[in-house]
Amino acid sequence: MTASSVPRLAMRGIAKRFGATEALAAVDLSVAPGEIHALLGQNGAGKSTLMKILSGALAPDAGSIELDGQPYRPRNPLEGRRAGVAMIYQELSLARHLSVAENVFLGVEPTRRGLLDRPQMRQRTRDVLAELGSPDIDPDARVDTLPIAARQVVEIARALAAGCRVLVLDEPTSSLPKPDAERLFATMRRLAAQGQAIVYITHFLEEALAVSDRYSVLRDGRLVESGATAGVPPERIVTAMVGRAGAEAFPRSVRRAGAPLLEIEGLAGLTRPHDASLTVHRGEVVGIFGLVGSGRTELIRAIFGLDPVVRGEVRVMGLGEAPPAARWQSGAGMVSEDRKGEGLAVGLSVADNLMLTSFGPWVTAAGQRIASGPVIEELGIRLADPLQPVGQLSGGNQQKVAFGRLLQHDVDLLLLDEPTRGIDVASKAAIYRAIDRLVTRTDRPCGVLIVGSYLPELLGICDRIAVMRRGSLGPPVRAAETSEHALLMAASGGGT
Amino acid sequence: MRRNLVTLIALLGAFLLFAILVHGETGDFGFVSGRNLELILRQTAIVGTAALGMTLIIAAGGIDLSAGAVIALSTVVLAAALSAGMSPLAAALLGVLAGAAAGALNGILVTVLGVVPFIVTLGTMLALRGLAKGLAHEQKIDAPMTWVNGALAALRPEDRWMLFPPGVWLTGVLAVLVGVTLNYTRFGRHLLAVGSNEAAARLAGVQVGRVKRRVYLLGGALVGVAGVFQFARLSVGDPTVATGLELDIIAAVVIGGASLAGGEGWVLGSLLGALIMTVIRAGGSQLGWSNWVQEIVTGVIIVTAVAIDRIRHRRQG
Repeated sequence: MTASSVPRLAMRGIAKRFGATEALAAVDLSVAPGEIHALLGQNGAGKSTLMKILSGALAPDAGSIELDGQPYRPRNPLEGRRAGVAMIYQELSLARHLSVAENVFLGVEPTRRGLLDRPQMRQRTRDVLAELGSPDIDPDARVDTLPIAARQVVEIARALAAGCRVLVLDEPTSSLPKPDAERLFATMRRLAAQGQAIVYITHFLEEALAVSDRYSVLRDGRLVESGATAGVPPERIVTAMVGRAGAEAFPRSVRRAGAPLLEIEGLAGLTRPHDASLTVHRGEVVGIFGLVGSGRTELIRAIFGLDPVVRGEVRVMGLGEAPPAARWQSGAGMVSEDRKGEGLAVGLSVADNLMLTSFGPWVTAAGQRIASGPVIEELGIRLADPLQPVGQLSGGNQQKVAFGRLLQHDVDLLLLDEPTRGIDVASKAAIYRAIDRLVTRTDRPCGVLIVGSYLPELLGICDRIAVMRRGSLGPPVRAAETSEHALLMAASGGGT
Repeated sequence: MRRNLVTLIALLGAFLLFAILVHGETGDFGFVSGRNLELILRQTAIVGTAALGMTLIIAAGGIDLSAGAVIALSTVVLAAALSAGMSPLAAALLGVLAGAAAGALNGILVTVLGVVPFIVTLGTMLALRGLAKGLAHEQKIDAPMTWVNGALAALRPEDRWMLFPPGVWLTGVLAVLVGVTLNYTRFGRHLLAVGSNEAAARLAGVQVGRVKRRVYLLGGALVGVAGVFQFARLSVGDPTVATGLELDIIAAVVIGGASLAGGEGWVLGSLLGALIMTVIRAGGSQLGWSNWVQEIVTGVIIVTAVAIDRIRHRRQG
């Protein structure tokens, strides 16, 4: 820390509400020049809201921000960037078809007599990349020819070239192999040594402890702990992240596991997973917990035939590798985590989306209203008419439609990828109730495989839970015999 | 259904406008006479029938730029078959089959190569036009007059009981069939789902490739029917006919309210869209407008129709 000890970034008493939800309550965050600050917390703890306020994408309800002692009140992300706050997200925001140098200077291209000054762009790009310890990246290379790790460096180079003072890295290593992650840490340390202030958001405790100088932990929108990183045991941070869980109601009837519905053995996909073995039986809910990028979504996609299986065995309802159409036919259904991108055809009606897999040869409006009625009622989907476009419903009701397709089709095996992400409590409860009913019904009890990142939910609804970490799936443990603490340690590698 | 109403009102508006303008010019109401209505329907049958096929293709998220070339190919095949002594019915079916084969080719190329439909059909537009010219040795093929030529001809007095020529009736029947297919069958729902969100359709077990191939096949067959009508109008097989007609066909579908992004298509709307363009052309020529004025007006109508649609969508949120 410098002698003047004016922090580079000082956020004080930041508060933000969304309707009835208190997303942030009086949060302070202070980062000195040359400091790497790890921002930790579970999903929904308020990390991304805090960073959106810092970047200017959201306005705080209360509180103030200072940069180098000067008040900083960005009205939009552009003003934030101009003031020197650079955000590097997981999804890279580079123009794939342009060269490295063109990306680094995108929007601030140097010109000479009205023409692009390419030699200068090239030279300055080379300088910045050398500063970042990556002189091997060619300024003229097209960005889409570079590996992900190099693209991340280009994105950081762009932030530096624009003169950033605070660099925010949001989960930068979750999709990187270990050596690339190590290189990124070296780059971060080098930048810190040059006086940059860096906020580093991650789920990987090991990495956070290794690379950061100080840390802050958010839980339920509050700052619960912060301090110097050196010598802090990971258990203490995990305890701060988990807290004492509030009693949320998860319906759970008595369950009896029956015949296996899904068996996978040593399954490997194109990139992830590397190795996954698991069995799901009738009458049980099996959860997969893993961090973003761990390969959990890829696993479920490979099982359902959406992604290729490179190695290993998969048997679903007695059927080996098969495309989605055959999966539905054999009685398995899937809900995608990406509701708008893959889950629903938002331009089509609610009834169309519910019945997409189970249409008879003829379709009439009257028939659709009748056929979709029971599912709409069971899940309490709020709508004006089953034939109204699904895009007009609220997020929670849209998600009920995506989930409802499995009920409409009357599947035996449900593959659910984050089925309750970003939806309201009442909609979540409707989905939990339906899951519990399906696995405990006496006639053909269902089996459920659910991917999630919210631990209280997984512990509440699952019978067994397996942890996915960097592409490999651990052995499932009984939900009753594990804890948030243990699962989080296993997934983020704080222990072992 | 609301969307079709908007198109219908636009059509009636255009029709009324020209009726008044023509009345001002000539002093009579010739524009609303039965004879003129019949003329407009006869002139719409070719683009209208092809627009039925294009509606399916566009609703499924595709596009077919080869439609004009396929119409030419179909006239050539039909004329060649007739002059080789084939029966008129067999020759007409062969013309339709040529369209279906072209559609099948488009569908296979789109799904197997994974190349976007715009590029695939840009290629087949050139290739099939070339094929038509090659088959015809770069000349028009004269064919003996048969009943096929009567499909779109003005009715003789003794046939007045039919109200419209058989080709117009056939267009209507096909429109009903295509409308039923799109709105009341599983295939129609799958087609719209593929056009609305291909990834979601795949996840939901829709066999996306097969749906697309069927859509192009069906669309091609309907364009083949349009080719038979084109032959009926000219009574020759002409490999250079209908150049650029694919754009009129696409315009009709778009005026009818379909989204080029897919997931939406209106059979009745597309027919009304085709009628709007004919009305402008017929009205314009009866008013003695030059061709260039008609072209400007048609262009303005296309952009206006789509702009109005966008504004409507934005209001709905």
